[in-house]
Amino acid sequence: MTKFISIDGKKIPFQEGQTIMQAATAADVYIPHLCHHPDFTPHGSCKLCTVKVNGRNCSACTFPASEGQDVLNNTQELIEDRKKITQMLFAEGNHFCPSCEKTGNCQLQAVAYHLNMLDTHFPLFYPHRNLDASHPSVLIDHNRCIFCTLCVRASQQQDGKNVFAIAGRGINKHLVVNAESGLLKDTDLAATDRAAHICPTGALLIKHTGYQVPIGQRAYDHQQIDQFSLNTEHHHEQ
Amino acid sequence: MQAFIEQLAADNQYQPTRLLQILRAIQAHYHYIPETAIEQLAVLLQIPRTQIIGVIEFYSFFHLTPRGQYELLISDSITDHMLGKKPLMTYLAEKLQVSVGGVRADDVVSLDNTSCTGLCDQGPAGLINGLALSQLDYQRIDTICQLINSQTPLAAWPAELFLVDDNIQKTGLLLNAHITNGEAIKAAYQRGLAATLEEIDRSGLKGRGGAGFKTAMKWKFCAEEASSERYVICNADEGEPGTFKDRVLLNRYADQVFEGMTVAAAIIGAKQGFLYLRGEYLFLYEPLQAILQRRRSKGLLGRYILGAELHFDIEIHLGAGAYICGEESALIESLEGHMGIPRNRPPYPVTQGYLGKPTVVNNVETFFAAASIAVNGGDWFASMGTEKSRGSKILSICGDCQRSGIYEYPFGTSIQTILDDCGAEDVLGVQVGGPSGTFIANHEFDRRLAFEDLATGGSFIIFNNSRDILDIVHNFSHFFAHESCGFCTPCRVGTSLLKKQIDKIVDGHGSAGDVVALEELCQLVKNYSHCGLGQTAANPILTTLERYPEVYQSRLKKISYEPGFDLDAALDIARTMAKRNDSAAHLAQIGEDHD
Repeated sequence: MTKFISIDGKKIPFQEGQTIMQAATAADVYIPHLCHHPDFTPHGSCKLCTVKVNGRNCSACTFPASEGQDVLNNTQELIEDRKKITQMLFAEGNHFCPSCEKTGNCQLQAVAYHLNMLDTHFPLFYPHRNLDASHPSVLIDHNRCIFCTLCVRASQQQDGKNVFAIAGRGINKHLVVNAESGLLKDTDLAATDRAAHICPTGALLIKHTGYQVPIGQRAYDHQQIDQFSLNTEHHHEQ
Repeated sequence: MQAFIEQLAADNQYQPTRLLQILRAIQAHYHYIPETAIEQLAVLLQIPRTQIIGVIEFYSFFHLTPRGQYELLISDSITDHMLGKKPLMTYLAEKLQVSVGGVRADDVVSLDNTSCTGLCDQGPAGLINGLALSQLDYQRIDTICQLINSQTPLAAWPAELFLVDDNIQKTGLLLNAHITNGEAIKAAYQRGLAATLEEIDRSGLKGRGGAGFKTAMKWKFCAEEASSERYVICNADEGEPGTFKDRVLLNRYADQVFEGMTVAAAIIGAKQGFLYLRGEYLFLYEPLQAILQRRRSKGLLGRYILGAELHFDIEIHLGAGAYICGEESALIESLEGHMGIPRNRPPYPVTQGYLGKPTVVNNVETFFAAASIAVNGGDWFASMGTEKSRGSKILSICGDCQRSGIYEYPFGTSIQTILDDCGAEDVLGVQVGGPSGTFIANHEFDRRLAFEDLATGGSFIIFNNSRDILDIVHNFSHFFAHESCGFCTPCRVGTSLLKKQIDKIVDGHGSAGDVVALEELCQLVKNYSHCGLGQTAANPILTTLERYPEVYQSRLKKISYEPGFDLDAALDIARTMAKRNDSAAHLAQIGEDHD
């Protein structure tokens, strides 16, 4: 017998073991997210996918679906708060969309548009962060890292390597790479690795490909992230 | 160095779970973790170097760059400040010729702040190479500086510098009930293990760390999980500023705590236990090891404990300076040799805890109480307290009172009674449950100590009317920003934003909209954070804003917008470059000239 949860009053079927995010995606319901990707173990850190489950805030990407759950997703309160969480990510790093190669393909930017974010609201941190341009084909721009760990997980879970990790505590968190020199060129990362292509922002970029797709023809230039995300991630969940 | 690291890894059976213990030894020996040690350990423990770097950068007591041969840390708890920490620190830095946060050029000494060291009843306190220093005053600091400058080995330092008092001021149900070694284990077997769990259930005992989950239920859930291995963990990572009762329990009643763990092990079927001891309590490590050894030799630990089919032993793991490890799943991560990042739940530790196996994590005081209940029965305990909060609670009382120290009270006791007992006068308010708890004002002292009213893990800090609410909030906000693990956005960014916003108001740059913005931010951090740290980090602001809105308002400027920084000071570089200092090269802070 099929089991159901309710999302914003709509009956959504789920299979035992699915998270709320998985059930939602399979039913074409978009829940905003940045650190979640259907191919990898959920992380639950960005908190954009927070939904209200029977009145309690839970991360949809990690919380298991179970019969009778009443889930609120698209409420004004959640949308406003998700916007503020997105603003926090913008304030914490150095995100200058107009000068970033990722613009138009960037999930952080697209989520911000989707949530109608018009300013950063919070005072900007302007942290001093470095670039690592040592690798012949992959660039790290730490200014744009949001610590989602997707590159960490992709490297471990798909590439069978261990190129990336997040070190440090609190606001001093930062991406580190697995090389004695601390430089990307001395890791076993290849440009074809999934990890090199998974970054939701412009923190990891493939070199020598910049602006080959013109601005105006990029992923989120013609489609909002909710539709794009459902189109691309839906089949993964099947 | 190579031989040292090799030996260390071997002594720790090349177990990655022992990573923190290994790094502690390296830090103690070299006063930092050298790069070559990281490379060697990665090979010996077969873990990625990034895991080791992650752990080093996560814990406050590990360093990638050299610290002094004498690593001196001074506790930055609000209670240390109330005892005059700030001028002492200035004096100390000057006397030692070292900056706060810095290392002296000759590498002999480094100085820095550290979060509450659990000596709030005998501060200002500090740590020298991990060992607790109590009751610091100018005279003691002179002595310490002289000992450091003459490079006298710590072992030759006067013992009085390291004296830590128990300060037990008021005993109650638990502290009066002396049980002999083995008595609880014997009683549990005589009554039967299932019947003993029922007694613990009947006692109504709830977790003493503050969260208040029913102990018997936790043990039952763990016992019911299908698994061949289970673990018992005692959480002695007492990091909540103002709390020190676990330090006293472990210093004076460790046997009873271990006995409680052993009873838990018998009931749930665990063979291995851990005591996760906060790094600040290093001075307890050797005495506790000796007690464990004595218990082994008396057949109270090891195989066939007291002749029963019970095989159980306890290992002590030391933390390395991270408040977050008091959160049970972060503590488990730390025990496994990782950064202390709270896990996603479900699954809960009772189903998937240490190494993925069912695990019971309880507070020191919970095990201490459980041992007594095993001997005296559930009714004995339940006869005291309130309907929802059975038994008694051990408090660590400090701040503005005549007799700080350890007090035990039945649940339901009024705050006023407690204040009278410890000699607190002219009281402004009390921080119940530490920074993550509640600040109550002096018209609320009829409120009661209970899970249903004022819950506390044991911290009870008293402030008299000479104290400034915003100083307190400022200290607590900085504490949370420093201790946030950084895993989730709302806490990582939010605690830093809260710190900045409070600084802005305290520094006199706040304006009307800033208190509204502060409150909004508080709600966001509270409602969306991943774990208890973030969910409570805004409490100091929320609970004081609710009670003293006028205190916040009084610091605001009467303009609708005020830049968060000093405009004129920001022009300083420009003035220097332009070689100008005329009146046109200066800017007034917006609106300051008119109301």
